[in-house]
Amino acid sequence: MADFSSFDRPSMGSSENAEAAELQRLIAVEQQKAQFQAQVHNFTDVCWDKCIDKPSSKLDSRTETCLVSCVERFIDTTLAITNRFTQMVQKGTH
Amino acid sequence: MEQVKVQIAVANAQELLQRMTDKCFKKCIGKPGSTLDNSEQKCIAMCMDRYMDAWNTVSRAYNSRLQRERARM
Repeated sequence: MADFSSFDRPSMGSSENAEAAELQRLIAVEQQKAQFQAQVHNFTDVCWDKCIDKPSSKLDSRTETCLVSCVERFIDTTLAITNRFTQMVQKGTH
Repeated sequence: MEQVKVQIAVANAQELLQRMTDKCFKKCIGKPGSTLDNSEQKCIAMCMDRYMDAWNTVSRAYNSRLQRERARM
């Protein structure tokens, strides 16, 4: 990836600065999309093991519901563990 | 900018390919024989289709959760 720090140079005109800022914004958007996709890969990995027994000719509605619940509960678990861990650290009990 | 998009798309496809191969090998090949037999090949094809279905379902579920979380803030 290119070094974008040079875009901050004050010698640049304001239109160039605006262009650089726009480029950085666009790249941040793409990075967010990539992060989202990476997370979807992780969820699919975990939830495939939980919900799919033998691959059939179609994803039935029961499997679909299982996948959706799996994603929701995985996120809930992440939040619950993060919260509890934060409390533990704050209390300094562990 | 186009290059960035292409790079991300390639990385995404590689990740999908790698994980799908891993999962479908586990599901479809019980005891590796001397060749991939007919039923194993059929299983692999079906497994790939279902894996991509599952990926899309998960993607939608995650996206809607993100939107709900954002609305709560």
